[in-house]
Amino acid sequence: MPTLIKLDAGRFVLANDPFTAVTDDEGLPLGDVIISFTRFQAEGERLLAEGRAVGVRLEPDEEVEALAYDLPRIAVVAVAFPKFRDGRGFTSARLLRERLDYAGEIRAVGDVFREQAGFMVRCGFNAFEPSDGSTPDIWAHAVSRHRHVYQRAADARAPAFLEREGG
Amino acid sequence: MYQYDTLDKEIVADRSREFREQVGRRLAGELSEDQFKPLRLMNGLYLQLHAYMLRIAVPYGSLNSRQMRKLAYIGRTYDRGYGHFTTRQNLQFHWIKLRDTPDILDHLAEVDMHAIQTSGNCIRNVTSDPYAGATVEELDDPRVWSEAIRQWSSLHPEFSFLPRKFKIAITAAPKDRTAAKVHDIGLMIRRGRDGQLGFEVIVGGGLGRTPYVGPTITEFLPANRLFSYLEAILRVYNRHGRRDNLYKARIKILVAALGAEEFARQVAEEWAKIGPEGDLPDTELARIRGAFAKTAFEALPAVSETFEAAKAADPALARFSRNNLREHKKPGYTIVEISLKTVGETPGDATSDQMDAVADLAERYGQDDIRVTHEQNLVLPHIRLDDVPEVFARLQAVGLASANVNLISDIIACPGLDYCALANARAIPVAQQIAQTFADQEKAEAIGELKIKISGCINACGHHHVGHIGILGVDKKGEEFYQLTLGGSGAEDASVGKMLGPALPYDKVAAAIDTLVEVYLRERQDGERFLDTYRRTGVEPFKEAVYADAH
Repeated sequence: MPTLIKLDAGRFVLANDPFTAVTDDEGLPLGDVIISFTRFQAEGERLLAEGRAVGVRLEPDEEVEALAYDLPRIAVVAVAFPKFRDGRGFTSARLLRERLDYAGEIRAVGDVFREQAGFMVRCGFNAFEPSDGSTPDIWAHAVSRHRHVYQRAADARAPAFLEREGG
Repeated sequence: MYQYDTLDKEIVADRSREFREQVGRRLAGELSEDQFKPLRLMNGLYLQLHAYMLRIAVPYGSLNSRQMRKLAYIGRTYDRGYGHFTTRQNLQFHWIKLRDTPDILDHLAEVDMHAIQTSGNCIRNVTSDPYAGATVEELDDPRVWSEAIRQWSSLHPEFSFLPRKFKIAITAAPKDRTAAKVHDIGLMIRRGRDGQLGFEVIVGGGLGRTPYVGPTITEFLPANRLFSYLEAILRVYNRHGRRDNLYKARIKILVAALGAEEFARQVAEEWAKIGPEGDLPDTELARIRGAFAKTAFEALPAVSETFEAAKAADPALARFSRNNLREHKKPGYTIVEISLKTVGETPGDATSDQMDAVADLAERYGQDDIRVTHEQNLVLPHIRLDDVPEVFARLQAVGLASANVNLISDIIACPGLDYCALANARAIPVAQQIAQTFADQEKAEAIGELKIKISGCINACGHHHVGHIGILGVDKKGEEFYQLTLGGSGAEDASVGKMLGPALPYDKVAAAIDTLVEVYLRERQDGERFLDTYRRTGVEPFKEAVYADAH
């Protein structure tokens, strides 16, 4: 079971994960699941009707806009980072928050390490499955490392140009 | 020079502290080299043939004397007493120890410098006109926009893991000294018909294995919409740029595959969705403009008697003045370009003592302003004509008075096989041989502007594609050979050079250049540069002469 860290009211906490991540060639277990978007399109309706919570895994080459219609009933969007170098997931998360107004859980899964924690939070991620053994403390430390940011993003942080106006 | 405020300083300090922790984890064995590699690369630290190389950002090539002295100090303390200025207006140290890097970064942070985004697949150091704020030609000071882009692109949460590195150049003068058309994005400041300020936006130029002169995707972008437009370009690229092949991952490949028109359409669509929300407020642009240190120009006569008399008495000063001075926007002032291409030396290298000397000159005579050019020279942008003789004498004393700017020995060369793990062939000794061949200054001046650019491998760090004469090192069965190209230009008349013929062995290159120059001198018509003659006659006379000699 990978570690799940959640951002909860500004704090990073270890969370229980009610979801089972299922690949396309695995059978479905009981309970809440995270499945691919393709599988969601085929089986989502039925799973939701069974009263389960269903999450969708979004691969880097999948257009996040395709989820728009289903977003209200998707419990988690798990944005996949098959390689940390693949930065498409950052754009996907930002668009989920800023353009598609998704308020639910956006979870970073795959090759996820602390050096990206700050960027992920800024892009709207609020759940993380670190692959580098990070604890919530390490994660929180990595996120709070930079006292200021220069850009607007999907989080509520005031960019430097607004901080300057305030000061 | 932009003056950092507390926020800017703290951002650099935080990044420096983060890197210290990362190096600590590596040295303690908590990180393997494989895990550490992407982290060090995000901070300009490369592992080269002999040692670590640290690339320090010189944003838009602008330095003050305190910063230059700090670079000199680092060179003396942590390297071998010199550094290498690069074609991205940065500075590299080639003999660095890993354990020293956190201290070096702290030293840099003390003078508002860093190595942020000098490598990695992110938005790199933005480059600009080294004559900014001084040249008569410019429409606006491009440094203001460069600094705004530096801030916007620093530690960008969405665009730090792009398909590949991303380089932006910006110029406000019709004469392009930034190679804007061979950048991922080239921005050329324009005035609209109503006098409004804006940008011509060029996307998808580049060198490397697949050279392109970038197409213009918008003729006139209103200046206050720049940042939303940049965001749109970067987002389209981040989503759709290729990630399956390292050599096809730059934005130029995406632009070429889609076609400029379709790429522009996708950007426009994304831009409309972002809206003015993505722009920097005018108040912040005004703040940045105001945070540049004021230059205090005196009212001076356009002609300096002192300078004229000194020139008449000293032919060496006269020669230096003909070749290394450029017109300043204020009467009685001049732009002084300092050549780092002294015959026999490594192009772009400066010793710590030389850096200190340049810092002293900037402080004493030059409004504390120093620039690095993409052609690997230095510039003192604001020198009183009255002071030129003294500045020249002091440059002579430290071996920095070569009067060869834009001449045949003002060569761009990558570090090549002498340092770089990627290189196929040496570049520096080739540059040195050519410089020796044309050491006669009379002859060099008679030849006029001729840009030779040398790369030690196909990655083209020496910009050979855009050399009037380009030289590319190739490996043929373990031997160094050199492929010549003619007719390239990285300036406003940008073009990619065409191959001359079969590659030549190492010891034939300088002689071949000599032959090319002879053909040019024979063929040229009234005042043509080498490039103009080549463009008029085509390759034939050049090819014939070089390969007739070779047989």
